[in-house]
Amino acid sequence: MLEIDWFLGISAIMFSIGIIGVLIRRNAVVIFMCVELMLNAVNLTLVSFSSFHGNIDGQIFVFFALAVAAAEAVVGLAIIIAIFRNNLTVDVTEINLLRW
Amino acid sequence: MESATALFSLIIALPLLGFLINGLTGLFVESYRNKKQLIGSIASTAVFIPFVIAVYFFINMNAGSEALIYKLFTWMDVGTFSVDVAYRVDQLSVMMTMVVTGVGFLIHIYSMGYMSHDEGYWKFFAYLNLFIFAMLNLVLGNNLLLLFLGWEGVGVCSYLLIGFWYTDMAKSDAAKKAFIYNRIGDFAFLIAMFMVFQTVGSLNFDVILGNLDSFTEGYMVAIGLLMFVGATGKSAQIPLFVWLPDAMAGPTPVSALIHAATMVTSGIYLISRMSPMYAMIPEVMIIISVIGALTAIVAATIAITQNDIKGVLAYSTVSQLGYMFLALGAGGFTAAMFHVVTHAFFKACLFLGSGSVIHAMEHVEHGLHKEGKDVHFDPQDMRFMGGLKKYMPSTYKTFLIATVAIAGIPPLAGFFSKDEVLAMTMNAGFVDGGSWVYMMLWGVGIITAFLTAFYMFRLTLTTFHGSFKLPTKIKEAAGSEKFLHENPWNMTTPLWILAVLAVFGGFLGVPNFIVETFTHEPAHINLLHDWLYKINADYIIEMEHWVEWVLMAVSILIAISGVWLAFRMYNNDQQEESDAKIASRFGGLYSVWKDKYNLDDVYEGLVANPTVKFSDKVLAVFDMKVVDGIVNAIAGTVRLFGSLFRYLQTGVVSSYALAFVIGVIVILYLMIS
Amino acid sequence: MDYLGDLQAFLPGIITAVAGLAVITIEALKSGHKSAYWVTSFSLIVALFFGIQSLGTPLQEAFSGMLVHGGIAAFGNVIILLGTLFCVFLSNDYLEGIDHNYNEVYGMILFATSGMICLAGANDLISLFLGLETMSICLYVMAGLIKNEKQGAEGALKYFLLGAFSTGFLLYGAALLYGATGTTSIPGIGAAASSDLLFLAGAALLLIGFLFKVSAVPFHMWTPDVYQATPTTLTAYMATASKAATFMAMILVLSRALPSVEGLDWQAVLSVVAIITMIFGNIIALVQDNIKRMLAYSSIAHAGYALVGLSAATPEGYSAVAFYLFAYTIMNVGAFGVVAYYERNKGLDFSDVNNLAGLGFKKPMMGVMMSLFLFSLAGIPPFVGFVGKYYVFAAAINANMVPLAIVGVLASAASVYYYLRVMVYLYFREAHKETEMIDASFLYKGALVILALLTVYYGIEPILPFGGLMELITGF
Repeated sequence: MLEIDWFLGISAIMFSIGIIGVLIRRNAVVIFMCVELMLNAVNLTLVSFSSFHGNIDGQIFVFFALAVAAAEAVVGLAIIIAIFRNNLTVDVTEINLLRW
Repeated sequence: MESATALFSLIIALPLLGFLINGLTGLFVESYRNKKQLIGSIASTAVFIPFVIAVYFFINMNAGSEALIYKLFTWMDVGTFSVDVAYRVDQLSVMMTMVVTGVGFLIHIYSMGYMSHDEGYWKFFAYLNLFIFAMLNLVLGNNLLLLFLGWEGVGVCSYLLIGFWYTDMAKSDAAKKAFIYNRIGDFAFLIAMFMVFQTVGSLNFDVILGNLDSFTEGYMVAIGLLMFVGATGKSAQIPLFVWLPDAMAGPTPVSALIHAATMVTSGIYLISRMSPMYAMIPEVMIIISVIGALTAIVAATIAITQNDIKGVLAYSTVSQLGYMFLALGAGGFTAAMFHVVTHAFFKACLFLGSGSVIHAMEHVEHGLHKEGKDVHFDPQDMRFMGGLKKYMPSTYKTFLIATVAIAGIPPLAGFFSKDEVLAMTMNAGFVDGGSWVYMMLWGVGIITAFLTAFYMFRLTLTTFHGSFKLPTKIKEAAGSEKFLHENPWNMTTPLWILAVLAVFGGFLGVPNFIVETFTHEPAHINLLHDWLYKINADYIIEMEHWVEWVLMAVSILIAISGVWLAFRMYNNDQQEESDAKIASRFGGLYSVWKDKYNLDDVYEGLVANPTVKFSDKVLAVFDMKVVDGIVNAIAGTVRLFGSLFRYLQTGVVSSYALAFVIGVIVILYLMIS
Repeated sequence: MDYLGDLQAFLPGIITAVAGLAVITIEALKSGHKSAYWVTSFSLIVALFFGIQSLGTPLQEAFSGMLVHGGIAAFGNVIILLGTLFCVFLSNDYLEGIDHNYNEVYGMILFATSGMICLAGANDLISLFLGLETMSICLYVMAGLIKNEKQGAEGALKYFLLGAFSTGFLLYGAALLYGATGTTSIPGIGAAASSDLLFLAGAALLLIGFLFKVSAVPFHMWTPDVYQATPTTLTAYMATASKAATFMAMILVLSRALPSVEGLDWQAVLSVVAIITMIFGNIIALVQDNIKRMLAYSSIAHAGYALVGLSAATPEGYSAVAFYLFAYTIMNVGAFGVVAYYERNKGLDFSDVNNLAGLGFKKPMMGVMMSLFLFSLAGIPPFVGFVGKYYVFAAAINANMVPLAIVGVLASAASVYYYLRVMVYLYFREAHKETEMIDASFLYKGALVILALLTVYYGIEPILPFGGLMELITGF
């Protein structure tokens, strides 16, 4: 059986990729996908800890996290559609009316 | 509530009530705003009754009485920390209360005449009552926090009243300047308060002054200095004094009440209240004296050059406040309080007198306008005045009396208090561990006394003696004398009452040595000294009696020579020639005085201008319109940072996420390392 | 297990959630029907009533240890419900005025409020996460209410992307804490606290999630943009209730899950954040001309003051923060309420402070109340804002954090400048031209007057014989 460190390492890398994606991508949809990647990295962490500790709390947490992520996706995509209707772009560097 | 507490609470409550009645009714009911008699009477009564009650407390008290504490309620209570709204009636605070309400009442009466044509009459009286309320909290509060509440309150009222004619941009700027300069001092005070609280765990005066040994030396010096910085802001000392002359933009009764008689003395009150602490830190005491003496002489030299009647009085006030700090630093806490009282009398009288003159000059201007002549002149400029004694006899007489008093001619009030200030200064050089510095400062004080007598008579003579100069200055104004007349009784009566006080006020503190020299045993003719002995930790007088006689003789001689010189130079309409003469005699020095030591410019040049240049060139977007004085420069620098930082907010989500990630890294680092 | 008793103790949360469903149902059956608003107000009043009932009861666990009620959690509920109730009162008129009075708004407010109540009473990382997300998702929707304008949608997008981003960190923090201790229960984590890397990193990431929600620097960047874009009364709701709920959750987590263990020094971290937040918030507020952005930076600065109390990490500090949040909620809802009133005057742009010139005398009541709220925000006695600040700074000093308190005092002294600036425009500048201003409705004025009275009342409260608020904020 693999050590837990591997799972943690993989999820940490996934999480970091998510962060970097948020920082460097310009398309709002892609940024949102990167956020989803981060959330799923955490889910992986939770599941591996759950099996490591031998209790089920972590897995329950994952269920809730998935549910919340789904709800977030609904609202988020609606907002991105609204943005596209107004600006005809979803490039975040061009969406900067509110500043200073 | 027992009856004494109920009676006492009226002192505090009535001015507040007056403010609420006039302020709220005026704000919401427009027809009320024109009932000027009613408004004025309510406001004056709300100050007069507290005065009567204060006198009652005074009568029922003697020099040995314990302080009466009236606790109205507990304000805050957290864990070990609790603050009561409690007031302290003792020898010092009852004296200040009588001055505040007494002089305050007279100025209310005067304002009913002076402001009678102003649209904002109701606002004016509401603010005045609010000011009295705040000032009473300041002098009567039993703990530092309540004192601070009053301290902030008078600052706000002063801001409101200086900017009273807010339509005038310069005036609302002056108001802002005053407020901001005061805030600098307030921070220092607040920090001192925290340090006190940290050490003794309470803010009550009894506890603080009873536990002075629990402060470490360094802490005490820091607290003493910080409180003094607070005092320099409120009481207009170097380097924070430039706001006071600008504050003269407010209506003249305000200048008399707030910027001469009461608010500006609160710094002196604070140090006097904390005198047992200050007596333990001689190094801070010297600083206080030096700052006081410097302020006194700097302001006095500026006063010589001013042509604005209120400007002269403003610098004179700064100078007299400097005297008070000189005395505080020399261990003459009682002497300083003595000067506070006498100064309240004669300076209020002078300001109200100047208001009376300005009122008359404005009347002349209006009269000319009615005749269809389009003449404009500055009603405060004394170069247009002269010869007013014929037309305004009461104003002239009272003004003259007050001038004699401030010049230090015996036996008027100013003589005794100023003499005591100077004697205490010299004395501080003799006491154990005293310093030669104090003897130098005595010299500075004496020169200032000469200047004071000189510039005050310059003002009086130019204004009231000689001939009326407006017609000769402006051709169209020929025959305008006929518009000059004395003001109504409600303006002259307060003048006379204050003048009488300026004559006799000095007998509160006749020096003991005058009797002791002859009887060779301790005398008790210095009433004020005996009255305050429990509160003020004065230095003991170590000088021989003959030294005191010599000092007194010197100060009389100096005062008389100042008066004599002024008579020679200004009695017969030769103000401008004489000013020119002084200017040529002193050359560059005179222009330094005339430019007010360029302090405004120095502050601007040192800090503000480089900042502006930097921002003009480096940051085209930088918006900085009003930059004057060091405070605005600090505010400007802060704004500069604000302007810089705001551009971090680029509006692009990715940059926000970047800031977020940087934050994450820093916090992870801090947490894990 | 006494589920009935637990349900009873959680009536405020249950009432708001059920009322939210009811409002959505009403909207589905009869679109735009007025009863939705009345159901919302009524249910909030009832919830507030039950919330006040449970003040002063001891803190205890419920629902198998998922939540706590009583004690400081009960006080949190009262703050949240009070803020929500007043925002709803103000919103009806305001949203009507800007033609965005949709019933869904009230549903979202009610759901968000039930989320906040869950958050402020969380005793388990799962319930904490759920409460926080319920609240946040509803807030994203509210931020995008004016979706057909560029600015409205932009604010919502920024809030959403950054909010989801921060959720990732919070969740990761929770996962690491779970990994380090083997439990998701907050007291359980506290019992197994250690200073190994996993635990420290988990605690740090969890804190970051919180700091984002309370808009502490440098996680504050979304705040001004979102506040500016959101309809003003909803901004008030975001700025007060959601911050209060998050701070309450922080108090519970900090005091119970992160005890002082050697090597676990979150106090230092929070004090650094507090200092930066106070300085940045106040300095940038100085140069804002848009009054809503100014209030946004001011709310950032206020989060800094509250963090000062948290850094003290003493029961005294936590209760000071609780009181501070109460004070902040009433005065800030009031200030936003007056701003919203000005904004409702169609065709007149009052977002720039210059345009407020001379309005103080024109509409005396609104002017007086605005000044009062601003004085209180600036921390000038005798208003509630001063008392709140005093408690917080006193707690910091008693915990030997004098420099923190000094920075706080200096920062709040500087803040007077920009609050005063608004008043200078209201009173000391001539009105530009004759502007016809509408009259606010009776309910609107009434709500503001009550807030103003509370601001004054709790500034001088301890005199009055009803017993102090501070005594109710007890129990950990």
